[in-house]
Amino acid sequence: MSNKLITSKTVVLPAKDIDTDQIIPARFLTTTTREGLGEGLFRDLRFGKDDEPVADFPLNQPETQGSQVLVGGNNFGCGSSREHAPWALLDYGFRAVISTEIADIFRNNSLKNGLLPIIVDEETHAWLIANPGAEVTVDIVASTLTLPNGQSVTYPIDAFARYCLIEGTDQLGFLQSHLEAIEGFEERRTWTP
Amino acid sequence: MTATTLFDKIWSEHVVVPETDDTPAVFYIDLHLIHEVTTPQAFSLLREKGLPVRRPDLTLATMDHSTPTTPVNSLKDLAIVGPNAERQILQMQNNCEDFGIDLLGFDSDSRGIVHVIGPELGATQPGKTIVCGDSHTSTHGAFGAFAFGIGTTEIGHVLATQCLLQRKPKSLAINVEGQIPDGVTAKDLILAIIGQIGVNGGTGHVIEYRGSAIRQLDMEARMTICNMSIEAGARAGMIAPDEVTFEYLKGRPRSPSGEEWDAAVERWKALKSDEGAVFDKEVTIDASTLQPMVTFGTNPGMVVGINEPVPEQADDENFDKALRYMQVDAGKPLIDKAVDIVFVGSCTNSRLSDLELTASILDGNKVADGVRMMIVPGSQQVKQEAEAAGLDKIFEAAGAEWRESGCSMCLGMNGDTVPSGQLSVSTSNRNFEGRQGIGARTILASPATAAAAAVAGKIVDPRIFLRSPV
Ligand code: SF4
Repeated sequence: MSNKLITSKTVVLPAKDIDTDQIIPARFLTTTTREGLGEGLFRDLRFGKDDEPVADFPLNQPETQGSQVLVGGNNFGCGSSREHAPWALLDYGFRAVISTEIADIFRNNSLKNGLLPIIVDEETHAWLIANPGAEVTVDIVASTLTLPNGQSVTYPIDAFARYCLIEGTDQLGFLQSHLEAIEGFEERRTWTP
Repeated sequence: MTATTLFDKIWSEHVVVPETDDTPAVFYIDLHLIHEVTTPQAFSLLREKGLPVRRPDLTLATMDHSTPTTPVNSLKDLAIVGPNAERQILQMQNNCEDFGIDLLGFDSDSRGIVHVIGPELGATQPGKTIVCGDSHTSTHGAFGAFAFGIGTTEIGHVLATQCLLQRKPKSLAINVEGQIPDGVTAKDLILAIIGQIGVNGGTGHVIEYRGSAIRQLDMEARMTICNMSIEAGARAGMIAPDEVTFEYLKGRPRSPSGEEWDAAVERWKALKSDEGAVFDKEVTIDASTLQPMVTFGTNPGMVVGINEPVPEQADDENFDKALRYMQVDAGKPLIDKAVDIVFVGSCTNSRLSDLELTASILDGNKVADGVRMMIVPGSQQVKQEAEAAGLDKIFEAAGAEWRESGCSMCLGMNGDTVPSGQLSVSTSNRNFEGRQGIGARTILASPATAAAAAVAGKIVDPRIFLRSPV
């Protein structure tokens, strides 16, 4: 499996405004590591009161097992800044999230962890929502999403974020390479915080 | 010289290395606030790489999210809920000790919700860049700071370098003109704004709240407004500093003093948008038509005036699902709906003025039978001030619970939760499905509306409790 191409069937959660509290409820945030958060992913949507799986929730259906691409409604990932949300999605096995709009902090957090946030136009989105389980291909180098009919759409992505995803660049290392500039900035300042 | 916005000014002053098409800006952070829930993995990274915290002097730590709020005689007696929360709290103590960071920990009189104590200590100041691993960091923008929430990876970046990689966001001016009517609060105003622009109306933008109605607000009300900017999807919210801001900050423990104070005020006075500065987007709100607001759905943008009917929306499955979850009917107002729980607290509404407003309605009244009311101060200092003013006696006489400070029922991770199916009127900021507990149904409102609901046992217009002026 190439890490620059993702080919997978989609799982579709059509609801708008899926917030990070739904992605990973607060009670799972007492962890001090990143591992194992997949268990809490969409916990209260996946399981009912007695911890019984909710039969019609897409993630509980056999045909969605192993899927790496999640399609969500508009404004996906809004709310709390918890990075546990992309950690949980990644831990569960997802590598890309598609929507018409993805909330700022969640998008940022996703890119920092190698979960690809993909923004598509409404028409493509409507098609994806109407066709759960469609096999799509994401080309991380070309920044394209290809639908089963062979049609490709290009998605917007920050040039630096794309570069880091492809090269596996460590952003902290990049920041540290500017240490001299940071020190210079601190010395030049006319006031101290 | 081109006219620039308040945000432009703070932005350009903190750029260490400018952004290019290929790389984001290296952006300097003046104050890094940290708490126990979003930092453990960031400290682990520092340990792995053998890195120190570069500027512990610009880092301030507290514990608020998973801390218990059950009343105790001594803060040392607080019993933490569950081994995981306990491990997290212990790790926070160790991390701060090992890396030389000031921790306002369990037994500190200055402990509290991170967004309440920053301003209270005078650490939050105009012109600063402030970050925290928490989306409601926007609160600090009330002082004319650029303050925003970040994730755990970015917390690691700031700890190690005091900088972040950032692209400059767009700007959105929200002009609020006119007089806010009696009995209507800052909470009602921000809920109305979110209702108007939508929960994604601010995505990618930094909001500047401006206009005559904003200038009339005190600092605590301004914090309530900026706090909920994130609920409109905005990166940050801010208000230009003025005499009200300076007055608030004067004499606080971490505020500048003496000559430094005068120099700071001079500098702060220049922090405003120039005449003719251009924003990417502008919205105007008429404050004089506002009324108390209540949410009816499962996000803060699903909001109506207290006497208005819940709107009807044909063929919208999300909308119908939210109404079913909340057990409310389209076409009818929320008035008279029976409530189970009332929560006054959270970084949105847990400061002294919020508690005074709550007390003014509870005074001489009783919490209705069958209703549980919890009042959780934003910090230990707010708690002391409230007790010095005798508010705790009013709360207790009314039958409300008066607790230790913390996030509490805002997100229910410390054991303070709303039981499944119960209806809560809450002064917090998120009415998401399950936010206050599995199956909890949340109506967001002002402290006045919350207190009125506690006394009436149902949703009522809080203005019926307004004391006629003497
Ligand atoms: S009070 Fe609520 S919103 Fe504020 S910091 Fe705590 S959990 Fe977050």
